[in-house]
Amino acid sequence: MAVRSNIVGIDSPEALEKALRAAYYLADEGLATSAYLGLALGKPLLLEGAPGVGKTEAAKAIAAVLGRRLIRLQCYEGIDASAALYEWNYPRQMLAIRQAGDESIDIYGETFLIERPMLAALRAPDSTVLLIDEIDRADQEFEAFLLEFLSDFQISIPERGTVRAAERPVVVLTSNRTRDLHEALRRRCVYHWIGYPSEEREARIVMLRASSVAEATARAVVAAVGKLRREPLSKAPGIAEAVDWAEAATLLNKGGARWPDAFKRSIGVALKDEEDLHFISPRLDAMLAEATA
Amino acid sequence: MSTELQLPRAARIFVSFVALMRANGFAVAPEQTTAFLTAIELLGPRDLRDIRHAALATLAPPPERRATFDRLFDLHFRGNEAIEHTDDGEDDETVRLQEEGRGDEEPLLSDDANESGLTAARTEALVERRFAQLSTTDALRRLSREAPRRLPRRRGHRRMRARRGPFADLRRTLRDSVRSDGEILRLGHMKRRRRPRKFLLLIDVSGSMKSRTEENMKLAHALVQAAPNVEVFTFGTRLTRVTRPLRLKRREQALNAAAHLVSDWDGGTRIGDALQAFLAVPRFGGYARGAAVVVVSDGLERGDSDALRDAVAKLSRRAWRVSWLTPLASGPGFRPQTDALVAIERFVGDLVDGGSTASIVAHVLALGRRRAA
Repeated sequence: MAVRSNIVGIDSPEALEKALRAAYYLADEGLATSAYLGLALGKPLLLEGAPGVGKTEAAKAIAAVLGRRLIRLQCYEGIDASAALYEWNYPRQMLAIRQAGDESIDIYGETFLIERPMLAALRAPDSTVLLIDEIDRADQEFEAFLLEFLSDFQISIPERGTVRAAERPVVVLTSNRTRDLHEALRRRCVYHWIGYPSEEREARIVMLRASSVAEATARAVVAAVGKLRREPLSKAPGIAEAVDWAEAATLLNKGGARWPDAFKRSIGVALKDEEDLHFISPRLDAMLAEATA
Repeated sequence: MSTELQLPRAARIFVSFVALMRANGFAVAPEQTTAFLTAIELLGPRDLRDIRHAALATLAPPPERRATFDRLFDLHFRGNEAIEHTDDGEDDETVRLQEEGRGDEEPLLSDDANESGLTAARTEALVERRFAQLSTTDALRRLSREAPRRLPRRRGHRRMRARRGPFADLRRTLRDSVRSDGEILRLGHMKRRRRPRKFLLLIDVSGSMKSRTEENMKLAHALVQAAPNVEVFTFGTRLTRVTRPLRLKRREQALNAAAHLVSDWDGGTRIGDALQAFLAVPRFGGYARGAAVVVVSDGLERGDSDALRDAVAKLSRRAWRVSWLTPLASGPGFRPQTDALVAIERFVGDLVDGGSTASIVAHVLALGRRRAA
């Protein structure tokens, strides 16, 4: 197992945590350790967790820390190699054949190749971070195909030969766990489960992300959001919702709305499901009063 | 794999931990062991926390078995005295319902109370009627044989070559045209492939369903074995996902493993709360999206029937079709009598007999010919 002793001067989980903080991402010890191990061991990092806990943000922050471009591959059901790897530009090829007349022409040249995210990452492994987002939405076939890619970081294009990465690219995968991933995929990666942050950490995240928000507001929002997450809602508010809610309430407050009322009027930023709103509304006042106390 | 471990003697305790994990049913590949040792070396390790982080990151225990992993870790690295016995059923796969009402053990009606009345609007095809007379063993055999073909399917998003279809296959068309100097003589077509639809089975394991529970679990096992993307949950006073144990091939083993997970056999029923809890866990709720949902329950609800109605309404909007199979409907004509069943009747596509394995199998296999509801 080859170990990279030095990743741009980051030689410990603590150093990575600090660098991530500078990129406006507060990682806890577990995430910083997993991400550090992923980078040091040259293995993909697989982040699982509920929607809105900051998985995609983590990948963006890692790319920022490494000073690399983030290439995002958003998965969906039915995604296949032509959307993830490469595709030929067929209309252009057809045109070229017609224009060539009697001359010979290579219709599988570089000009006809459309690069998709995975191929782009393979070709520039030292300047990119590949984010494979929401892998659980893709189907089993794509997962199997991905396994192959992640084990030897090469792609064979039948018409052109094999493209191999000069070094192991940095890859981050995220999953909302709408289905169980294949064991083999988890084995190949460094794994981390991201839970909701503690109240203390989340309040710090809110203040870091929304500079206009006062500390008292951030704490109140986080307390309220924490209560909401314990309710049986179909769409629990994530961290992004907490940040937006704090910002929205602050804006209304500056426009003259009083405190608990400012939260109440901007609740639509945090709860985005009519039934959830209906379910919570009888107890919302009490909840907000408690959170702002 | 090149890293020389400087302290093979020191490495033993880590390697033996991997062995302990394997002995407890965690799948750990050799490459993961190597990664684990390398990770420990990378981290120092300064204290036990580093070792725990390294183990979590490289050995990747599934989140729902995290509690078991933690116990094994403490046992191995901290000795016995560190272990606090937690409730085994409290893993990530179980949702405990907040205990508000009494979890009542007594059924409202005795098991043999078959209410007969007007025929429900939905009648089974005569063919299915005949199958409903099969013995349990034959019914399960039929399920295993026919489920792969007959379970509901839907159009997927992957495309395949076809003689006719709505999409042009440009890749093939181009290759063919090269042979004729760029003239397109025939356009290749593609169409969307059909895929098995998600299937969600929710089994009531409360006291009033006691006589059917074991049979229902056998049926769930056969279904999970026969078809891909089937998810199974049990509910009573809790909600438990039992898909994973049911994936074990041998039935005896699978049912034992499932029995181990479920801690509310033969207890009270709070169907509404159980379904609400199911919908509130994002990834569980996701299983229901576009799925064929089959609930096997007598609908003898001791909780609030409003909660049940709202939950079933929500479920039916999310699912492709919700079928409610109740043992109380085994009479030829059946009209819901309990408050709960009356409340949900509007929202379910089928409210039919679930009193025998054969009748459930018959319904499950007939679902593929039905439409969304």
